[in-house]
Amino acid sequence: MTEAPVSGAGDTMTRGLPPVAEMAVGSMALVIVGGIYLASHLPKPAPLGPAVGLLGAAAALLLADVALLSRLRDFAWEVFFRVAGWALAAYVVIAGMLEYVFVFDHTRGSTLVVITLMLVVFALAIPLLFAFSVARYQRPD
Amino acid sequence: MSEVTVDAAIAHTNDGGPPPAGRAVQIVPLRGLPIVAVVLVALVVAIANNQLWALDFFHVVGGGLWTGIDLFVGFIVGPILGGLSIPSRMEFSIRFMPKMLILMPTLVIVTLTAGLQLARHEGYILSGNPHHGWVVASMVVVGVMAVIAIGLLEPANLAVLFELKKPQPNGELIGRLMRRFIYTAGITGAMQVATLVIMTKLATS
Repeated sequence: MTEAPVSGAGDTMTRGLPPVAEMAVGSMALVIVGGIYLASHLPKPAPLGPAVGLLGAAAALLLADVALLSRLRDFAWEVFFRVAGWALAAYVVIAGMLEYVFVFDHTRGSTLVVITLMLVVFALAIPLLFAFSVARYQRPD
Repeated sequence: MSEVTVDAAIAHTNDGGPPPAGRAVQIVPLRGLPIVAVVLVALVVAIANNQLWALDFFHVVGGGLWTGIDLFVGFIVGPILGGLSIPSRMEFSIRFMPKMLILMPTLVIVTLTAGLQLARHEGYILSGNPHHGWVVASMVVVGVMAVIAIGLLEPANLAVLFELKKPQPNGELIGRLMRRFIYTAGITGAMQVATLVIMTKLATS
């Protein structure tokens, strides 16, 4: 890509981009609701229907988000992956702490599987959100 | 990055000149990471050994700082920032936001995990417990705050820091993102009042 004029910084503010950030926030919100639903039933296993529904919706939203993102051409991918890497490292630790607590508290079986998958979506959606939120204002690679 | 360069850049912008030149902005304060690691390891040890005092300590200290910082930033720092010029906000952000970037997630995870364990030990987490409703209410408040903080506040924080690294930061963009930071900090600050009500209710009943 040729060097854009410096004043072109304003272009990064106005160019149309798909609602990647909004969808990532939606995905994160759904797993947080699901997590509260499951945690509010502890230590007994909660009826899993609503939790699985929320997890499925969150995962679908995240996958659609990744698909939208992958179609972007002029984008600051280097910055995106740099931010995503750091954020992923941080949120893997955070999700790992929460997983540890649930396992320590004897959460088992399908409830643990659903919680684990929710934490996976959580730990992926947030880095995607942070990375996109930064890279959208950077000059494309 | 020397103070002279930053001051000169700000003075230049106040004179109506171009935005300040890029500076060495450290997004993640690496020196703080070992402290975070020590805190998290201590928390894991406290949980693994069911040390009630340590869990209480982590929850009270972490929660107190989290709530206090949210209230202070939301109602004291935010309005002050809102009244500053954009170069002054930038100057403040360079020093303030990287620290918040590692401090707040650490406080949140420490408070939540220790609190969940305390609720289990005290029996509050049991659905038959009379305090169960308050615990669920606190989860809902934290959930809403998490969506606001992670979904709106933190992305704005990060985007400002990366904008400041550019050779010629966009003052208009920084101003817009800082407004978002100020408003969301105010909202999470207000929600922390609900947390205080719930936690004092749990502690005294």
